[in-house]
Amino acid sequence: MAVMESENTPESAKGLPMLSRPFGMLAINIVAVVVGILLWGLVTSFGVVGLPTPLAVAKQAVIQAENGLLWSDALASLGRVFTGFALGILVAIPVGFLMGWYKIARAIIEPYVQFFRTIPPLAIIPLAIVTMGIDEMPKIFVIFLASFLSSVVATYQGVISVDRTMINAARVLGANDFTIFRRVIVPASLPYIMVGVRIGLGSSWSTVVAAELIAAQSGLGFRMQQAQLYYDLATIFVSLISIGILGLIMDRIVMAIDGVLTAWQEKL
Amino acid sequence: MTPKISFKNVRKTFDIAGKTAFTALEGLNLDIEDGEFITVVGPSGCGKSTAMNIAAGLTMPTSGQVLVDNAPVKGPGPERGVIFQQYALFPWLTVRENVEFGLQIAGKPKDERRRIADHFIELVGLSDFANSLPKTLSGGMKQRCAIARAYAVNPKILLMDEPFGALDALTRVQLQDQLLAMWSKERRTVMFITHDVDEAVYLASRVVVMAARPGRLHKIVNVDLPYPRTEDMRLSAEFSELRNEVWRSVYHPAAAA
Ligand SMILES: Nc1ncnc2c1ncn2[C@@H]1O[C@H](COP(=O)(O)OP(=O)(O)OP(=O)(O)O)[C@@H](O)[C@H]1O
Ligand SMILES: [Mg+2]
Repeated sequence: MAVMESENTPESAKGLPMLSRPFGMLAINIVAVVVGILLWGLVTSFGVVGLPTPLAVAKQAVIQAENGLLWSDALASLGRVFTGFALGILVAIPVGFLMGWYKIARAIIEPYVQFFRTIPPLAIIPLAIVTMGIDEMPKIFVIFLASFLSSVVATYQGVISVDRTMINAARVLGANDFTIFRRVIVPASLPYIMVGVRIGLGSSWSTVVAAELIAAQSGLGFRMQQAQLYYDLATIFVSLISIGILGLIMDRIVMAIDGVLTAWQEKL
Repeated sequence: MTPKISFKNVRKTFDIAGKTAFTALEGLNLDIEDGEFITVVGPSGCGKSTAMNIAAGLTMPTSGQVLVDNAPVKGPGPERGVIFQQYALFPWLTVRENVEFGLQIAGKPKDERRRIADHFIELVGLSDFANSLPKTLSGGMKQRCAIARAYAVNPKILLMDEPFGALDALTRVQLQDQLLAMWSKERRTVMFITHDVDEAVYLASRVVVMAARPGRLHKIVNVDLPYPRTEDMRLSAEFSELRNEVWRSVYHPAAAA
């Protein structure tokens, strides 16, 4: 009576057997990074480009780590990014749901979203500084705006692209609008929302650096600008690499959360 | 005896980009008796899905109405289970959670939900996969899960829109037998849409043949074969005669009329 289908695709059919394993990928990642640093060292030690060697950058990083500057800068930037980003997501998700679910809300909100989306967040910085001063407010606001705009559109897209048949399936099982929203629309749009969250995170980082370049007393972007005045290339590199690493870590965290939340998805 | 489902002069038109209305269904009259298994066949676009969606309460007719137990259909309801061609399982729920979905909405307590769900999961032969996510199931298994989900809320009527359309021939035949076995154990009124003439004859006590442009009822073919249906019946002369009759009226409606 029961039809037993074999669902196992042979490992070899998916590509090179080694590559399909996570640790195989990780090994290649590490090799790529090591080769990159070696190349960087090779190029700079010949003095071909006027850049600091990896060793000089590492030394500078140790100095900054020991005098605490690296940590306080990283913490300042991280705090701004996280606050603005979290606020943006927190506002974007309900607004996106509202836009997707109620046509009236969509008609009211969409022109504003589309309008502000065409303005790069960085272009808002001068306005934010003039109207909000030079303390934390304008920086967090700009980051908020950047992450809000990217994730509101993703959430709204997620809601409107929920499969009609799935909604009908819930409806014929007796679900009312509220149940459909809570038990179908929300989970079904989660993959879209997570894409928005990732994009929002990326734009948050790019915005924080720019915001700190203009007016700040601390932060990785601020430190870079200070170093620029003294031609301190090593410090610029330390800040750049720190931003890259922090961005990468946060992105990986979001990806891990996404992996757990949307594990049910049929991925190719 | 009053029919379980009764289409009363059901008409449905669609506006296509503001232009003249397109008639998808023209004055459909059809009675389906309690506990009957009818199949609906007809060319693509003849309004089969439209008719079923109106009975399900998912689409409103332009005029006329569908009566269920003499009461007009106003919207979807758990007494009418629907099984879609695209399975429409909730991919974030396991097989058991999918089957429990409607029971939860009905407010059934947890242990009762579990008991009912497991009963139907076993009936469709998915016990080993109760905790699996839909993405790990084959097409046939997904459709069996959808059948269990529809059965679980104990509907008096099952509306099925080409449920086996996406399956290979072998799985299809197995699921037909399984569906009939289930139907004989847990008797429901079934309206089953299909493209497959063999399937239509094998399952039904009556085959409703529809014609297109405009969508309408063309002919009803009675299938006087006893249940349970068997493979021998499928290969019998009577069966092939019925099959030919349905075939002719689907593909050459004018000549057979
Ligand atoms: N929402 C809609 N808007 C406009 N036209 C529609 C809509 N739904 C159905 N139609 C039209 O109504 C007609 C009947 O559609 P229906 O889906 O009921 O056909 P069907 O018999 O189920 O066909 P198939 O066998 O291909 O599934 C078709 O010509 C289709 O184009
Ligand atoms: Mg159809």
